[in-house]
Amino acid sequence: MKDFRTDVEGERPYLLRYASLQLRDRQAAEDAVQDTLVAALAGEKGFAGRSNLRTWLTGILKHKIVDTIRKQARETTLLATEADPADFDALFDDTGHWAQAPADWGHPDAALGQKQFFAALEDCLGRLPRKTSQAFLMREHMGLETTEICKELGVTSTHCWVLLYRARMALRECLETNWFKK
Amino acid sequence: MMLTCKEVSRLVSQGLDRRLGLGERVKLRLHLAICDGCRNFRRQLDFLREALARLGQ
Repeated sequence: MKDFRTDVEGERPYLLRYASLQLRDRQAAEDAVQDTLVAALAGEKGFAGRSNLRTWLTGILKHKIVDTIRKQARETTLLATEADPADFDALFDDTGHWAQAPADWGHPDAALGQKQFFAALEDCLGRLPRKTSQAFLMREHMGLETTEICKELGVTSTHCWVLLYRARMALRECLETNWFKK
Repeated sequence: MMLTCKEVSRLVSQGLDRRLGLGERVKLRLHLAICDGCRNFRRQLDFLREALARLGQ
């Protein structure tokens, strides 16, 4: 029992980093991790037979993160600018063509084996507005359906698509500049 | 009517979040067949999806 507790506690720094990336709020991240560790210690039997403690803990944490995002959404309204796709107008010319066309990234899969790539990706995610980033992570990282994400964030599905579009446009540009062109 | 790259970029993104209509898919395919920039864009979004799935592993 003591070993299990030590192992679980040892994952705290990782979980905190993970939660901070998604919640953008240190206190909220610490609360979510604390809840996760408490739930994990109470539910040790749920772990029995599973091979990877981190994966199991992260699974619990994801639920706590979505709970927190739902609470945050109730307390804050969407910034008007976050739902407005107009700021990408500069990327296109008057006829709607790319001002600067997206480049061929070659075989980008090679980057997936590199720690530095994920550091660059996290840095790019950190530059997104909070709700944009949260919507994107719920969609692409947690794999939630758009309808669920809209519900958690308290926005319409059109807003959801705009948030996801904004996130993808900004991330691809950020990665192109900071990773693939380097 | 051909779609512009701007419209295509939105549709490619939405195609990852909802099922596009038949008309949308046809127009998208016509545009992608002749536009390198938009094809690159679509590949980049597919790559983003893969990268995000592995984030934190």
